[in-house]
Amino acid sequence: MNFKTGLKHGIPIALGYFSVSTAFGLIAVNGGCTAIEALFISMFNVTSAGQFAGVTVMASAGSYIEMAMTQFLINARYALMAISLSQKVDKKFTTLPRILLSTFITDEIYAVAMGRVEDISAKYYAGLSCLPYFGWAAGTFFGAVMGSLMPQILTTSLSIGLYGMFIAIVVPVVKTSRKTLVIVGVSLAVSCLIYFTPAFSKISAGFAIIISAVIASAAGAILFPVEDKEVS
Amino acid sequence: MNYSYFLPYLIVMAASTFAVRVIPFVLMRKKIENRFIKSFLYYVPYTVLAAMTFPAMLFATNHVLTALAGLVTGIIIAYKGHGLLTVAVGTCSAVLVTELLFLVI
Repeated sequence: MNFKTGLKHGIPIALGYFSVSTAFGLIAVNGGCTAIEALFISMFNVTSAGQFAGVTVMASAGSYIEMAMTQFLINARYALMAISLSQKVDKKFTTLPRILLSTFITDEIYAVAMGRVEDISAKYYAGLSCLPYFGWAAGTFFGAVMGSLMPQILTTSLSIGLYGMFIAIVVPVVKTSRKTLVIVGVSLAVSCLIYFTPAFSKISAGFAIIISAVIASAAGAILFPVEDKEVS
Repeated sequence: MNYSYFLPYLIVMAASTFAVRVIPFVLMRKKIENRFIKSFLYYVPYTVLAAMTFPAMLFATNHVLTALAGLVTGIIIAYKGHGLLTVAVGTCSAVLVTELLFLVI
Protein backbone atom coordinates (compact mmCIF):
# COMPACT_ATOMS: atom_id res chain seq x y z
CA MET A 1 0.00 0.00 0.00
CA ASN A 2 2.66 2.50 -1.04
CA PHE A 3 2.56 5.65 -3.14
CA LYS A 4 3.03 3.77 -6.41
CA THR A 5 0.09 1.43 -5.81
CA GLY A 6 -2.07 4.44 -5.09
CA LEU A 7 -0.90 6.14 -8.25
CA LYS A 8 -1.96 3.12 -10.30
CA HIS A 9 -5.37 2.92 -8.64
CA GLY A 10 -5.95 6.58 -9.50
CA ILE A 11 -5.69 6.18 -13.28
CA PRO A 12 -9.33 5.26 -14.01
CA ILE A 13 -10.57 8.04 -11.72
CA ALA A 14 -8.29 10.53 -13.48
CA LEU A 15 -9.74 9.61 -16.90
CA GLY A 16 -13.29 10.05 -15.64
CA TYR A 17 -12.40 13.34 -13.97
CA PHE A 18 -10.77 14.73 -17.09
CA SER A 19 -13.92 14.26 -19.13
CA VAL A 20 -16.28 15.51 -16.45
CA SER A 21 -14.17 18.56 -15.58
CA THR A 22 -14.10 19.44 -19.28
CA ALA A 23 -17.83 19.98 -18.82
CA PHE A 24 -17.13 22.11 -15.76
CA GLY A 25 -14.61 24.23 -17.69
CA LEU A 26 -17.22 24.90 -20.36
CA ILE A 27 -19.87 25.80 -17.81
CA ALA A 28 -17.52 28.10 -15.89
CA VAL A 29 -16.64 30.03 -19.05
CA ASN A 30 -20.31 30.29 -19.98
CA GLY A 31 -20.91 31.66 -16.47
CA GLY A 32 -18.41 34.46 -17.12
CA CYS A 33 -15.13 33.00 -15.79
CA THR A 34 -11.86 33.11 -17.72
CA ALA A 35 -9.96 29.87 -18.33
CA ILE A 36 -7.46 30.71 -15.56
CA GLU A 37 -10.28 31.45 -13.11
CA ALA A 38 -11.96 28.16 -13.97
CA LEU A 39 -8.62 26.38 -13.40
CA PHE A 40 -8.19 28.10 -10.00
CA ILE A 41 -11.69 27.03 -8.94
CA SER A 42 -10.88 23.41 -9.79
CA MET A 43 -7.42 23.51 -8.16
CA PHE A 44 -8.65 24.97 -4.87
CA ASN A 45 -11.95 23.14 -4.52
CA VAL A 46 -11.88 19.69 -6.17
CA THR A 47 -15.63 19.22 -5.89
CA SER A 48 -17.96 18.59 -8.80
CA ALA A 49 -21.39 19.65 -7.66
CA GLY A 50 -19.95 22.29 -5.32
CA GLN A 51 -17.97 24.03 -8.06
CA PHE A 52 -20.91 23.91 -10.40
CA ALA A 53 -23.17 25.53 -7.80
CA GLY A 54 -20.39 28.00 -6.92
CA VAL A 55 -20.18 29.24 -10.50
CA THR A 56 -23.97 29.61 -10.48
CA VAL A 57 -23.72 31.80 -7.36
CA MET A 58 -20.93 33.92 -8.94
CA ALA A 59 -22.80 34.33 -12.23
CA SER A 60 -25.94 35.47 -10.42
CA ALA A 61 -23.91 37.79 -8.12
CA GLY A 62 -25.17 35.96 -5.03
CA SER A 63 -24.05 36.93 -1.52
CA TYR A 64 -20.95 35.49 0.16
CA ILE A 65 -23.26 33.94 2.76
CA GLU A 66 -25.12 32.16 -0.02
CA MET A 67 -21.79 30.97 -1.44
CA ALA A 68 -20.61 29.62 1.92
CA MET A 69 -23.95 27.98 2.74
CA THR A 70 -24.18 26.39 -0.69
CA GLN A 71 -20.69 24.94 -0.34
CA PHE A 72 -21.30 23.74 3.23
CA LEU A 73 -24.45 21.92 2.29
CA ILE A 74 -23.48 20.51 -1.08
CA ASN A 75 -20.13 19.37 0.29
CA ALA A 76 -21.56 18.13 3.58
CA ARG A 77 -21.18 14.62 2.25
CA TYR A 78 -17.39 15.07 2.34
CA ALA A 79 -17.62 15.66 6.08
CA LEU A 80 -19.38 12.34 6.37
CA MET A 81 -16.76 10.68 4.18
CA ALA A 82 -13.96 12.33 6.17
CA ILE A 83 -15.43 10.88 9.35
CA SER A 84 -15.74 7.40 7.92
CA LEU A 85 -12.29 7.60 6.30
CA SER A 86 -10.80 8.66 9.65
CA GLN A 87 -11.92 5.26 11.01
CA LYS A 88 -9.96 3.41 8.33
CA VAL A 89 -6.59 5.20 8.22
CA ASP A 90 -3.48 3.71 9.82
CA LYS A 91 -1.66 5.11 12.85
CA LYS A 92 0.93 7.01 10.82
CA PHE A 93 -1.85 9.05 9.19
CA THR A 94 -1.28 11.90 11.65
CA THR A 95 -2.61 15.44 11.79
CA LEU A 96 -0.30 16.97 9.17
CA PRO A 97 -1.07 14.46 6.39
CA ARG A 98 -4.74 14.74 7.31
CA ILE A 99 -4.61 18.51 6.76
CA LEU A 100 -2.69 18.13 3.50
CA LEU A 101 -4.78 15.31 2.05
CA SER A 102 -8.29 16.27 3.20
CA THR A 103 -8.84 18.24 -0.03
CA PHE A 104 -8.70 14.94 -1.92
CA ILE A 105 -11.67 13.44 -0.13
CA THR A 106 -13.96 13.20 -3.18
CA ASP A 107 -16.72 10.71 -3.98
CA GLU A 108 -14.54 8.51 -6.19
CA ILE A 109 -11.17 8.74 -4.40
CA TYR A 110 -12.92 8.04 -1.12
CA ALA A 111 -14.85 5.14 -2.64
CA VAL A 112 -11.67 3.49 -3.98
CA ALA A 113 -9.83 3.95 -0.66
CA MET A 114 -12.72 2.47 1.32
CA GLY A 115 -12.77 -0.49 -1.05
CA ARG A 116 -9.29 -1.56 0.18
CA VAL A 117 -9.15 -4.34 2.72
CA GLU A 118 -6.08 -2.95 4.54
CA ASP A 119 -5.88 0.24 6.58
CA ILE A 120 -5.14 3.31 4.46
CA SER A 121 -1.66 4.84 4.70
CA ALA A 122 -0.98 8.51 4.00
CA LYS A 123 1.42 7.50 1.20
CA TYR A 124 -1.22 5.38 -0.52
CA TYR A 125 -3.85 8.11 -0.23
CA ALA A 126 -1.39 10.70 -1.60
CA GLY A 127 -0.59 8.46 -4.57
CA LEU A 128 -4.26 7.73 -5.18
CA SER A 129 -5.07 11.47 -5.22
CA CYS A 130 -2.29 12.59 -7.60
CA LEU A 131 -3.60 11.69 -11.04
CA PRO A 132 -7.27 12.42 -10.37
CA TYR A 133 -6.27 15.90 -9.10
CA PHE A 134 -4.18 16.48 -12.20
CA GLY A 135 -6.97 15.15 -14.43
CA TRP A 136 -9.54 17.38 -12.73
CA ALA A 137 -7.40 20.53 -13.19
CA ALA A 138 -6.24 19.70 -16.73
CA GLY A 139 -9.75 18.80 -17.91
CA THR A 140 -11.12 22.07 -16.55
CA PHE A 141 -8.53 24.12 -18.40
CA PHE A 142 -9.03 22.07 -21.56
CA GLY A 143 -12.80 22.59 -21.44
CA ALA A 144 -12.47 26.29 -20.68
CA VAL A 145 -10.06 26.90 -23.58
CA MET A 146 -11.61 24.53 -26.11
CA GLY A 147 -15.11 25.67 -25.28
CA SER A 148 -14.80 28.81 -27.37
CA LEU A 149 -13.33 26.90 -30.33
CA MET A 150 -15.97 24.20 -30.51
CA PRO A 151 -19.37 24.58 -32.20
CA GLN A 152 -22.14 25.47 -29.74
CA ILE A 153 -24.00 22.19 -30.27
CA LEU A 154 -20.92 20.25 -29.13
CA THR A 155 -20.30 22.37 -26.03
CA THR A 156 -23.97 22.07 -25.07
CA SER A 157 -23.76 18.28 -25.31
CA LEU A 158 -20.50 18.13 -23.34
CA SER A 159 -21.69 20.43 -20.58
CA ILE A 160 -24.46 17.91 -19.90
CA GLY A 161 -21.71 15.46 -18.83
CA LEU A 162 -21.69 16.89 -15.32
CA TYR A 163 -25.37 15.98 -14.92
CA GLY A 164 -24.41 12.55 -16.26
CA MET A 165 -21.99 12.21 -13.36
CA PHE A 166 -24.67 13.18 -10.84
CA ILE A 167 -26.98 10.57 -12.37
CA ALA A 168 -24.18 7.99 -12.13
CA ILE A 169 -23.87 8.65 -8.38
CA VAL A 170 -27.60 8.73 -7.51
CA VAL A 171 -29.09 5.96 -9.66
CA PRO A 172 -27.17 2.95 -8.26
CA VAL A 173 -28.22 3.93 -4.72
CA VAL A 174 -31.92 4.54 -5.40
CA LYS A 175 -31.96 1.29 -7.36
CA THR A 176 -31.14 -0.72 -4.23
CA SER A 177 -32.70 1.47 -1.53
CA ARG A 178 -36.45 2.13 -1.70
CA LYS A 179 -36.11 4.65 1.16
CA THR A 180 -33.50 6.70 -0.67
CA LEU A 181 -35.67 6.60 -3.80
CA VAL A 182 -38.58 8.13 -1.88
CA ILE A 183 -36.36 10.80 -0.30
CA VAL A 184 -34.76 11.68 -3.65
CA GLY A 185 -38.35 11.97 -4.96
CA VAL A 186 -39.14 14.47 -2.19
CA SER A 187 -36.07 16.53 -3.14
CA LEU A 188 -37.07 16.50 -6.82
CA ALA A 189 -40.62 17.55 -5.93
CA VAL A 190 -39.47 20.49 -3.77
CA SER A 191 -36.94 21.51 -6.42
CA CYS A 192 -39.64 21.53 -9.12
CA LEU A 193 -42.10 23.34 -6.84
CA ILE A 194 -39.58 26.14 -6.27
CA TYR A 195 -38.57 26.27 -9.93
CA PHE A 196 -42.06 26.38 -11.43
CA THR A 197 -43.97 28.41 -8.82
CA PRO A 198 -43.93 32.12 -9.79
CA ALA A 199 -44.11 33.19 -6.11
CA PHE A 200 -40.73 31.49 -5.50
CA SER A 201 -39.01 32.98 -8.56
CA LYS A 202 -36.86 35.23 -6.34
CA ILE A 203 -35.22 32.21 -4.68
CA SER A 204 -31.78 31.80 -6.26
CA ALA A 205 -30.59 28.52 -7.74
CA GLY A 206 -28.14 27.92 -4.86
CA PHE A 207 -30.74 28.41 -2.14
CA ALA A 208 -33.26 26.30 -4.06
CA ILE A 209 -30.79 23.41 -3.86
CA ILE A 210 -30.20 23.99 -0.14
CA ILE A 211 -33.93 24.18 0.65
CA SER A 212 -34.77 21.06 -1.38
CA ALA A 213 -31.93 19.03 0.13
CA VAL A 214 -32.55 20.11 3.74
CA ILE A 215 -36.30 19.41 3.58
CA ALA A 216 -35.81 16.03 1.89
CA SER A 217 -32.89 14.91 4.07
CA ALA A 218 -34.69 15.94 7.28
CA ALA A 219 -37.77 14.06 6.08
CA GLY A 220 -35.53 11.06 5.45
CA ALA A 221 -33.91 11.27 8.87
CA ILE A 222 -37.35 11.41 10.53
CA LEU A 223 -39.22 8.89 8.37
CA PHE A 224 -36.43 6.43 7.54
CA PRO A 225 -33.53 6.77 9.99
CA VAL A 226 -30.66 4.67 8.68
CA GLU A 227 -29.01 1.78 10.46
CA ASP A 228 -25.28 1.89 11.28
CA LYS A 229 -24.31 -0.52 8.52
CA GLU A 230 -26.01 1.55 5.83
CA VAL A 231 -23.99 4.66 6.70
CA SER A 232 -20.52 3.21 6.65
CA MET B 1 -14.89 38.43 -14.46
CA ASN B 2 -12.36 40.84 -13.00
CA TYR B 3 -10.30 39.61 -10.09
CA SER B 4 -11.70 41.97 -7.47
CA TYR B 5 -15.07 40.38 -8.19
CA PHE B 6 -13.82 36.82 -8.60
CA LEU B 7 -11.23 36.43 -5.80
CA PRO B 8 -13.51 37.01 -2.76
CA TYR B 9 -15.91 34.41 -4.15
CA LEU B 10 -13.05 31.98 -4.76
CA ILE B 11 -11.70 32.47 -1.22
CA VAL B 12 -15.11 32.02 0.43
CA MET B 13 -15.78 28.98 -1.75
CA ALA B 14 -12.40 27.30 -1.19
CA ALA B 15 -12.34 28.08 2.54
CA SER B 16 -15.83 26.63 3.11
CA THR B 17 -14.98 23.54 1.09
CA PHE B 18 -11.68 23.03 2.91
CA ALA B 19 -13.32 23.48 6.32
CA VAL B 20 -15.99 20.90 5.53
CA ARG B 21 -13.31 18.30 4.79
CA VAL B 22 -10.42 19.12 7.11
CA ILE B 23 -12.26 19.76 10.39
CA PRO B 24 -13.98 16.37 10.63
CA PHE B 25 -10.95 14.55 9.21
CA VAL B 26 -8.55 16.00 11.78
CA LEU B 27 -10.87 16.12 14.79
CA MET B 28 -13.03 13.06 14.39
CA ARG B 29 -11.47 10.07 16.03
CA LYS B 30 -14.80 8.70 17.25
CA LYS B 31 -18.05 7.79 15.51
CA ILE B 32 -21.11 10.06 15.47
CA GLU B 33 -23.77 8.54 17.72
CA ASN B 34 -26.74 10.83 17.02
CA ARG B 35 -29.06 8.90 14.73
CA PHE B 36 -30.86 11.94 13.28
CA ILE B 37 -27.59 13.63 12.24
CA LYS B 38 -26.20 10.39 10.85
CA SER B 39 -29.34 9.78 8.83
CA PHE B 40 -29.55 13.38 7.66
CA LEU B 41 -25.93 13.26 6.45
CA TYR B 42 -26.57 9.93 4.76
CA TYR B 43 -29.34 11.41 2.58
CA VAL B 44 -27.62 14.74 1.81
CA PRO B 45 -25.48 13.71 -1.20
CA TYR B 46 -28.40 12.20 -3.05
CA THR B 47 -30.95 14.93 -2.30
CA VAL B 48 -28.42 17.61 -3.28
CA LEU B 49 -27.51 15.96 -6.57
CA ALA B 50 -31.18 15.29 -7.38
CA ALA B 51 -32.15 18.92 -6.74
CA MET B 52 -29.19 20.15 -8.81
CA THR B 53 -30.07 17.92 -11.74
CA PHE B 54 -33.81 18.39 -11.90
CA PRO B 55 -35.40 20.44 -13.31
CA ALA B 56 -32.31 22.57 -14.20
CA MET B 57 -30.93 19.93 -16.57
CA LEU B 58 -34.05 20.14 -18.73
CA PHE B 59 -33.23 23.74 -19.64
CA ALA B 60 -29.48 23.30 -20.13
CA THR B 61 -29.71 22.37 -23.83
CA ASN B 62 -31.34 24.02 -26.83
CA HIS B 63 -34.49 21.89 -26.58
CA VAL B 64 -36.22 20.29 -23.58
CA LEU B 65 -36.58 17.06 -25.57
CA THR B 66 -32.83 16.64 -26.15
CA ALA B 67 -32.14 17.16 -22.44
CA LEU B 68 -34.83 14.61 -21.66
CA ALA B 69 -33.15 12.17 -24.05
CA GLY B 70 -29.86 12.67 -22.19
CA LEU B 71 -31.52 12.26 -18.80
CA VAL B 72 -33.32 9.04 -19.74
CA THR B 73 -30.22 7.60 -21.45
CA GLY B 74 -28.08 8.40 -18.41
CA ILE B 75 -30.55 6.79 -16.02
CA ILE B 76 -30.78 3.63 -18.14
CA ILE B 77 -26.99 3.26 -18.42
CA ALA B 78 -26.50 3.90 -14.69
CA TYR B 79 -29.34 1.51 -13.85
CA LYS B 80 -27.57 -1.22 -15.81
CA GLY B 81 -24.64 -0.81 -13.46
CA HIS B 82 -22.12 1.11 -15.58
CA GLY B 83 -19.69 3.59 -14.05
CA LEU B 84 -19.15 7.31 -14.04
CA LEU B 85 -17.40 7.64 -17.39
CA THR B 86 -19.83 5.47 -19.35
CA VAL B 87 -22.86 7.29 -17.96
CA ALA B 88 -21.35 10.71 -18.67
CA VAL B 89 -20.38 9.78 -22.22
CA GLY B 90 -23.78 8.17 -22.87
CA THR B 91 -25.64 11.21 -21.58
CA CYS B 92 -23.58 13.60 -23.73
CA SER B 93 -23.92 11.40 -26.82
CA ALA B 94 -27.70 11.19 -26.50
CA VAL B 95 -27.92 14.98 -26.29
CA LEU B 96 -25.55 15.46 -29.23
CA VAL B 97 -27.41 13.01 -31.46
CA THR B 98 -30.84 14.45 -30.68
CA GLU B 99 -29.57 18.04 -31.03
CA LEU B 100 -28.23 17.13 -34.50
CA LEU B 101 -31.60 15.57 -35.35
CA PHE B 102 -33.29 18.87 -34.48
CA LEU B 103 -30.90 20.65 -36.85
CA VAL B 104 -31.83 18.31 -39.70
CA ILE B 105 -35.59 18.31 -39.15
